[in-house]
Amino acid sequence: MEEPRIGVYVCHCGTNIAGTVDVEEVAKYAETLPHVVVARHYPYTCSDPGQELIKKDIKELGVNRVVVASCSPRLHEKTFQGVLREAGLNPYLFQMANIREQCSWLHEPGPELTEKAKRMVGAAVNRVSRHVPLEMRAVPIFPATLVVGGGIAGMQAALEIANSNHMVYIVEREPSIGGHMAQFDKTFPTLDCAACILTPRMTEVSRHPFIRILTYSEVVAISGYVGNFKIKIRRKPRYVDEGKCIGCLVCQEKCPWTALSEFNAGTSKRKAIYTPFPQAVPNIPVIDAEHCAYFLKEKCRACEKFCDANAINFEQSELIFELEVGNIIIATGFDTFDASSIPQYGYGRYPNVFTSMEFERLCSPTGPTEGHIILADGRQPESVAIVHCVGSRDKNYNEYCSRVCCMHALKYSHLIKEKTNAAIYQMYIDMRCFGKGYEEFYNRISNEGVNFIRGKVAKVTDEAIAEEEKGKLIVLVEDTLLGTMLRVPVDMVILCIALEPRKDANEVARLFHLGRSADGFFLERHPKLDPVATMSEGILIAGCCQGPKDIPDSVAQASAAAARALAMIARGKIEVPAITAAIDETECSGCRICNLLCPYDAIFFDDEAKVSRINQVMCQGCGVCAAACPSGAITHNYFTVEEITAEIEGVLA
Amino acid sequence: MSFEPKIVGFLCNWCSYAGADLAGISRLKCAPNVHIIRMMCSGGISPLFILKALEAGADGVLICGCSPGDCHYKEGNYKTLRRITLLKKMLEQLGIEQERVQLHWVCASCGDEFVDVVNKITAEVKELGPLQAGVKSRV
Repeated sequence: MEEPRIGVYVCHCGTNIAGTVDVEEVAKYAETLPHVVVARHYPYTCSDPGQELIKKDIKELGVNRVVVASCSPRLHEKTFQGVLREAGLNPYLFQMANIREQCSWLHEPGPELTEKAKRMVGAAVNRVSRHVPLEMRAVPIFPATLVVGGGIAGMQAALEIANSNHMVYIVEREPSIGGHMAQFDKTFPTLDCAACILTPRMTEVSRHPFIRILTYSEVVAISGYVGNFKIKIRRKPRYVDEGKCIGCLVCQEKCPWTALSEFNAGTSKRKAIYTPFPQAVPNIPVIDAEHCAYFLKEKCRACEKFCDANAINFEQSELIFELEVGNIIIATGFDTFDASSIPQYGYGRYPNVFTSMEFERLCSPTGPTEGHIILADGRQPESVAIVHCVGSRDKNYNEYCSRVCCMHALKYSHLIKEKTNAAIYQMYIDMRCFGKGYEEFYNRISNEGVNFIRGKVAKVTDEAIAEEEKGKLIVLVEDTLLGTMLRVPVDMVILCIALEPRKDANEVARLFHLGRSADGFFLERHPKLDPVATMSEGILIAGCCQGPKDIPDSVAQASAAAARALAMIARGKIEVPAITAAIDETECSGCRICNLLCPYDAIFFDDEAKVSRINQVMCQGCGVCAAACPSGAITHNYFTVEEITAEIEGVLA
Repeated sequence: MSFEPKIVGFLCNWCSYAGADLAGISRLKCAPNVHIIRMMCSGGISPLFILKALEAGADGVLICGCSPGDCHYKEGNYKTLRRITLLKKMLEQLGIEQERVQLHWVCASCGDEFVDVVNKITAEVKELGPLQAGVKSRV
């Protein structure tokens, strides 16, 4: 093997690294290490000129191994391996020292940061001198895509991909697709009805020959890797035979048992056998076993008696099946903030304090009041307070801005004005109307005679101290523009509740190996340049599961995620790392310990030669066999004993 | 100057290394004593590497893998668990304290747990003092 000639590139990453690590000193130190022919520091090594610098050194100085000390290899290892390949070097003659995520960002600033960076660079240099060239392998991919979540983002992503004649599976845990958008009455700033734009989409999705909708189903396990995922789906029993049901909903009509309607945000009842809303897709009811008399008391079966299609099947059990997909798009959406966790706003105590979700349903013609804005006692409100930032922009709950509340608060003003003569008070901290046509919408609503009070609401109470307050809810708020405390008596209070990560976001993150940002939403690969990918290759995110956003942004992100998946589907194959294990047959004693350890059954025993062999296509490169081989006959490529030993000695130098 | 232990951390690529990255991305802060070596799977960490690290001057070794049931390679972490348990029994016979070699599960979204684990092993090994001195005095 030729003499190693190592080039070391220490990245400033602007001030992300250089702000706390003395990059110049690190580069100087690297120059003193064995085999290092050049060590440089550069503001942005991943930039084009940075990459050119490496290529130039490979060509002009005969550099044949490269160390880049910068961010995580999970972010830019591929970028730099590409640089090596373009310059004619094997991409595995490369090592990264992660001095950003695991050094400059992870420790308190101080001189030990530079020392640590030096050791990390030293270890990488030591290791890379032992690297050997490896060949990348191309593997075919499954062309199908899994979309988790059937809200507007999931549907959009599914349609974009399916329109290229590639199969998409939508997994939705509710009985129908549609998501939160189906619950909205009107959408801002155009005020077109949500159902009118959403339901045709839902139908399009359901009729698409390349989309299969799996409602009332959840992903329970995932294995494999980018391009080759195996997904285990659990289909909950509907107790209704989907093949027989014709969607007449006589069962729903006849069912004598009820529960609170999730779709109507708890403002009305639904039956124990139900479709969540009239335009549900698929239009096939489910039996809620927790509220069904048959499951609770073993009697009733009214639905079965009245079903002409004989579709009711109380014996149905859950179904577990497997799908093979190449890409996964996570579009699991959001949950709303629990308004009762701010007790001073009186939600749950005063019947006329509503959350924004409840108000959406109240406004909707398909809602519990058929679109009439009425109080708990059936009267029309004469005055309404709309409270912004409930659970958002508040250090006690969520620090972030939920991005949609200002706009839907303005929308509510308009809808209330349209349907009642009520006086409206908007109590806001800042008006954030940033999208296309949003500022114009704000101006329009401002001219409709709405009272804007700039201040955070302190309390909602029914304790009247003046005659005009009697029988009303009194909103206590400081008008920060006037500098006075106000008591605003109103009939109805609407709390604009925050958008929060799903309650089970942690379980979903674990299942799909996703990171979560400090606010709890799923973490994108790069906040600016890669907002749809995640740190797990082949797993993309779209919509509110990544952070609160409005419908146009969710749709745009979903389309972007679809484009990313399509790029891989179009290539038809992916290059997978050459990191596999190999057996030196002259060393193998034929003990077969490795055969049983391999999680992919990639190791088999050759009866004639009395040695074990590894199927290189099936091997995923975990290295469990190499760690166990008593003869030391197995080499874990890129993680060889020599390479890891060199790195250990390097970090301890 | 007080004793600053040198600890080698072997982290699996899929969960724990990502968790350590996340700690950095979230700007959480932890002791700088753990030097991370990225492995594909905790199941691929040969006991040899751990012994090598202790021999080469480490005062402690941290091993992190995906949480049970979450292994990218299905079950590598279960093998790690068995292997490390056995290794620690052997280390005990060599006079190396249990706390010096620690196995923890750190998932990809567990930045804060990673920080806790690093601070824990750093504090515990600091308390024990340098490895070489300790072993020598007993020998």
